[in-house]
Amino acid sequence: MISFQSVGKTFARAPAPALVGVSLEIAPGEVFGVIGQSGAGKSTLIRLINGIERPSSGHVLTDGADVGALDPQALRDLRRRVGMIFQHFNLLSSKTVAANVAFPLKVAGVPRGEIGPRVAELLDRVGLADQAHKYPAQLSGGQKQRVGIARALANGPKILLCDEATSALDPQTTEQILDLLARLNRELGLTIVLITHEMEVIRRVCHRVAVLDAGAVVESGEVAEVFLHPQHAVTRALVADAAGLLVAQGLGAGPTLRLTFRGAATYEPILGRIARDTGVDYSILAGRIDRIRDEPYGQLLVSLVGGDVAQARARLSAAGVRVEEA
Amino acid sequence: MLANINWADIGQATLDTLVMLGGSLAFSVLLGLPLGVILFLTGPRQLLANRPANMALSFVVNVLRSVPFVILLIVMIPLTVLLVGTSLGVAGAIPPLVVGAAPFYARLVETALREVDKGVIEAGQAMGATPRQIVFGALLPEAMPGIIAGATVTAIALVSYTAMAGVVGAGGLGDLAIRFGYQRFQTDVMVVTVVMLLALVQGLQWAGDRLIIKVSRR
Repeated sequence: MISFQSVGKTFARAPAPALVGVSLEIAPGEVFGVIGQSGAGKSTLIRLINGIERPSSGHVLTDGADVGALDPQALRDLRRRVGMIFQHFNLLSSKTVAANVAFPLKVAGVPRGEIGPRVAELLDRVGLADQAHKYPAQLSGGQKQRVGIARALANGPKILLCDEATSALDPQTTEQILDLLARLNRELGLTIVLITHEMEVIRRVCHRVAVLDAGAVVESGEVAEVFLHPQHAVTRALVADAAGLLVAQGLGAGPTLRLTFRGAATYEPILGRIARDTGVDYSILAGRIDRIRDEPYGQLLVSLVGGDVAQARARLSAAGVRVEEA
Repeated sequence: MLANINWADIGQATLDTLVMLGGSLAFSVLLGLPLGVILFLTGPRQLLANRPANMALSFVVNVLRSVPFVILLIVMIPLTVLLVGTSLGVAGAIPPLVVGAAPFYARLVETALREVDKGVIEAGQAMGATPRQIVFGALLPEAMPGIIAGATVTAIALVSYTAMAGVVGAGGLGDLAIRFGYQRFQTDVMVVTVVMLLALVQGLQWAGDRLIIKVSRR
């Protein structure tokens, strides 16, 4: 659906390039996250997809079109098929909610008579059917972003770009907006690309993620894999290891292992059973049980003492637990 | 008190001032608004960024703004005759008033447009809007309070310009104040004309403020 082929971007008068050699493939119907610290090049990357920025080198293919090579009219046609929402919503403060959502329809030349019903349908989809005649200043942040989403969906795009769409929202509102995005992805088969500096956002809604640092992709893959087994220092910093799972502090008496349970295994009494069978004693140094999208996972940092450690490791692996030296 | 006041003269002068103000304000807005929009759009990193065009326009605007209005009145005489057939009276005053005020208003419009959140323009681009659709659908509505405030400031500046238009025999309240109030030491005429001008300026400011409140949705 979207393809980055060794894309570089350099801004005039900037000391360093914004992006270097970025290659990515984003599949139809997936929620793809791009995470990085501020200044990593996320905003530039997402703006290459709809041609607000043009690549200095390489190619960006969006829905089959080479974005950098399109003439202005073809670029506008493409943009009508790609919705975008923003951190600060970017709504027209002088127009009502309904008029804001109607604007892209007018831009696309939708006949007057069809605009009203379409706006009502869009507002209903984002849960704002009763706010149509208010002005943005009368809405909460979460409601403003819903208007932004309704506006972005107006022309029935296949792709939705989210530029730090939840960064200006409180945690509870963030959750509601992310739930809405996940629902749109499921119900409309919408391909979503979102950029964020918050790993929580990635963990909640994304299928795959790319980690951006200083304009380059340093790590990418399935969210659970990147989140639970971060390889790069930047990824580790972004995962924000509050539970202390990633760094062994040298607390345990015996060998320290990091055990990762995923899916159904998370709720099985595997550890106790294996400890009994192999005579290994264990102490839990750190742990976390949570979900990545809808999949439960558990991660434990344990120190093993006595018994048959080798056999315990083999049994854990056989039970579907990922065992790593910590 | 008020021994020298000829109310018919005051009435005529007030009417002349209002006609000069109305005519010149209408043409100043008509010319200044598009000029301000073009100044903004051709500016650096804007939708239609065009350095040579922007610099040329900006230079013309600065030149016109730096000529003192009294001088402009005189320098403009041949052009004024060409435009309205006379360089005298109320009609003769309007072209120089417009040439003096339109560039001023254009700068105020440009400033008002710069105050609009850049994100609004980006949202327009992202939905595939043409520059024209962005200007009329987003930029102008968003900048409307500033555009109206600029028109109010311009109208009030025009009131003081009309006082100088007496130089070309345009009449009006300012002219009356100079010829009778100042040159003939008729203090009562001076006081009455100044009070009339004060009422006019107050009225303009009040109307402008009301209009801004009406269009502001922030």
